[in-house]
Amino acid sequence: MHSREKMYSDVMMAGFGGQGILLIGNLLAEAALLEEYEVTYLPSYGVEMRGGTANCTVVISDTEIGSPQVSAPEVMLVMSQAAAERFEPNVKPNGLLIANSTLVEVGKFSRKDLEMVCLPFNKIATEMGNSRFANMVALGAYLGKRPLVKLESIGQVLKENLTGKKAEFIPMNMKAIEKGIELVSKSGG
Amino acid sequence: MKKLIKGNDAIAMAAIEAGCRFYYGYPITPQNDIPEYLAREFPKIGGTFLQAESEIGAINMILGSAAAGKRAMISSSGPGISLMQEGISYMSGSEIPAVIVNIQRSGPGLGGISPSQGDYFQATRGGGHGDYRTPVFAPSSVQEMYDLTFLAFDVADEYRNPVVVLADGMLGQMKEPLDLRHPPQRELPEKTWALTGCAGRKPQLLKSLYLGHRELDKHCWDLWKKYQRIISREIRFEEVETKDADLVVVAFGSAARISKTAVKDARKEGLKVGLFRPISLWPYPEQRLEELAKTAKAFLVVELNTGQMVEDVKMSVGKDKPIHFYGRPPGADALPMPIEILDQIREVYP
Amino acid sequence: MSQDKPAREPRLVNPRPRTLIDRPSHFCPGCHHGIIHRLVAEAIDYFNVRERAIGVASVGCSVFLYDFMDTDVLEAPHGRASAAATGMRRALPDKVIYTYQGDGDLAAIGTAEIIHTANRGETISVVFVNNTNYGMTGGQMAPTTLLGQKTTTTPYGRDFRRDGYPIRMAEMLATLEGVAFSARGAVNKPANVRRTRELIRRAFEVQLKGIGLGFVEVLSACPTDWGLKPLEAIKRVEEELIPYYPLGIFKDKKEADHL
Ligand SMILES: Cc1ncc(C[n+]2csc(CCOP(=O)(O)OP(=O)(O)O)c2C)c(N)n1
Ligand code: SF4
Ligand SMILES: [Mg+2]
Repeated sequence: MHSREKMYSDVMMAGFGGQGILLIGNLLAEAALLEEYEVTYLPSYGVEMRGGTANCTVVISDTEIGSPQVSAPEVMLVMSQAAAERFEPNVKPNGLLIANSTLVEVGKFSRKDLEMVCLPFNKIATEMGNSRFANMVALGAYLGKRPLVKLESIGQVLKENLTGKKAEFIPMNMKAIEKGIELVSKSGG
Repeated sequence: MKKLIKGNDAIAMAAIEAGCRFYYGYPITPQNDIPEYLAREFPKIGGTFLQAESEIGAINMILGSAAAGKRAMISSSGPGISLMQEGISYMSGSEIPAVIVNIQRSGPGLGGISPSQGDYFQATRGGGHGDYRTPVFAPSSVQEMYDLTFLAFDVADEYRNPVVVLADGMLGQMKEPLDLRHPPQRELPEKTWALTGCAGRKPQLLKSLYLGHRELDKHCWDLWKKYQRIISREIRFEEVETKDADLVVVAFGSAARISKTAVKDARKEGLKVGLFRPISLWPYPEQRLEELAKTAKAFLVVELNTGQMVEDVKMSVGKDKPIHFYGRPPGADALPMPIEILDQIREVYP
Repeated sequence: MSQDKPAREPRLVNPRPRTLIDRPSHFCPGCHHGIIHRLVAEAIDYFNVRERAIGVASVGCSVFLYDFMDTDVLEAPHGRASAAATGMRRALPDKVIYTYQGDGDLAAIGTAEIIHTANRGETISVVFVNNTNYGMTGGQMAPTTLLGQKTTTTPYGRDFRRDGYPIRMAEMLATLEGVAFSARGAVNKPANVRRTRELIRRAFEVQLKGIGLGFVEVLSACPTDWGLKPLEAIKRVEEELIPYYPLGIFKDKKEADHL
């Protein structure tokens, strides 16, 4: 059992199918469970045909969680323009909005109360060698701002999930996450 | 150690832990994880997974395996559950136990795939033709998806009756920590009625056709007696801060889960609000609601439909206390937010 | 990601058929449903029966027929399109009734309906889209799934000892007296598209002439659930599907000789 202050935190992550949104939400939730938090992970789901949006809500707490569905998430991560337009209004007053500026027109945001972190996650990931890791850089940015779970826990979950041949992707995933953390701590927040 | 598990997978895991080795089904969203999980895992443990040509085929396949005395499960949603009603009616009439999982989606007709509680009437009133009931358990967490499925097998075997687990797309798709625990062991009757070949005993028959003089009414009254036993022993519910509550929110399944947060937030505002959550939808915890009606000043029923369980609440509470209803049939934003329910609480608070 | 660029400037050799509604397709990239929709629309245009035609959509990715066909469309429950079409046929003797059904829809849950509709010789046209799986629900096994094919409900490959054999509907239905025309086409390359256009046309013609039921099975790619890129999926149609599901005409009655 952990001996922490009473803790409750929620985050919504949104983009389009194929961006790996559900993957990072799941990763965060698993890491939180590893640290013995209560956790809920609620994904959107649809028919198989492409073109859909993908989003998920993760709630982490040290007491029983009521609704896995959150009225106004304290943190919102948007990876696409459609997600940005749809979900900006939902963020809790004075909450945190993290946006993927490779695909989101940052100038279009209208909320003034929010803390904003806008980084070109796709561009950063491409520069690191593979744009597919954009979601991991984004997760890093989130973790840099909300260090609820330890980086080691994320690493542990990756190790459990990526076995066999897939294990070779672990270092790259970790590097992408670390890059995200580094970028938000550099920008001072 | 707990694992982060999807609600649908938790149901498949419960089936395996409960000793079920026969699953028949037909694809339909949002429950496909259940057959897909068992298609993967059953071959490893000698279980039988078979994708039927339709839900009509599937329900009759579990009828067959269950008639042979085996633990069998089927899962589906909306239109598929409708197609199974004939089989469920036959199983009830022939007293063949099995577990039927409904991960509700929205209707009527093809409707949509978003979570819903539109099948409350269908599940709690028998669903098919004839004079019968099936116990219905409504989980509201991933742990309960598991626990209540496990329980459903025991209840089915104890009373020789089909049992329904009524969840929905939200509970099926969400993930939460799960403990693969076993319920307290029940003393279950031996399945002497099973059809296994008559070597060493007289031939047996499982049937629902009764044409003889006064045969069928006796059969129906016998079933009724069994249902009375179920009513007296299998009612389950949860209460949150109802003791001093002026307003009691009544909700089941995912609506209850979302309402829980609204109730807690209302308490923070100083409103004396509680939550009453029926876990068994049939038998319905009407007595406890009747008692609550003595202390509470009003009720608010929250459902993901246009008003079904509210009828049972009205029946239990009577006319003395106001019963408000907040219905949220599925739309573009399929699930209500806690804040919406909190707004309702503020509005109707006595 | 990278699309094959056409070598020449594209030019409109085949304008959009009148019966096909002009709107962006929402099928997955490389899905063949869109092409088959077009062929059905062309047949309806060819006989100039758009205003007399009523489609019966089935449940599957095919349900969105109603978004694309500029005719009346009825949405039938999963598998029941041919029964619903029977009801329409009996109620509206002078209309042109066609169904559009997937392989899960027609060859699994709707097998009883199609066999009896065919056996009664209902004068309707049935377009049967065989993509060897359940597309809309995420790629489960269909009766048409090939042996060894991995799907989400046959994770170790389809095994005939458990799931039986891939079913050949066009051949099977050809044995029924009420069927006037039964054939199988594909749309994986231009020559096959042209051939299938003829087949679908004929399936409407036998209806219009009152000879009996017209049935066309079309092999179709489902890149999403096959886990293949569009071009790989086209290759799979050629290399794996066609050898098991031969293209051709299995029956073509010239008149209603069973009468
Ligand atoms: C009675 C019933 N069972 C199951 C479903 C779920 N369902 C929707 S589409 C579909 C299968 C679609 O497969 P197919 O007919 O092959 O069409 P495709 O999507 O591959 O084109 C199923 C099983 C349903 N709608 N109704
Ligand atoms: S899932 Fe398959 S059948 Fe459905 S639209 Fe996509 S490619 Fe076509
Ligand atoms: Mg199909």
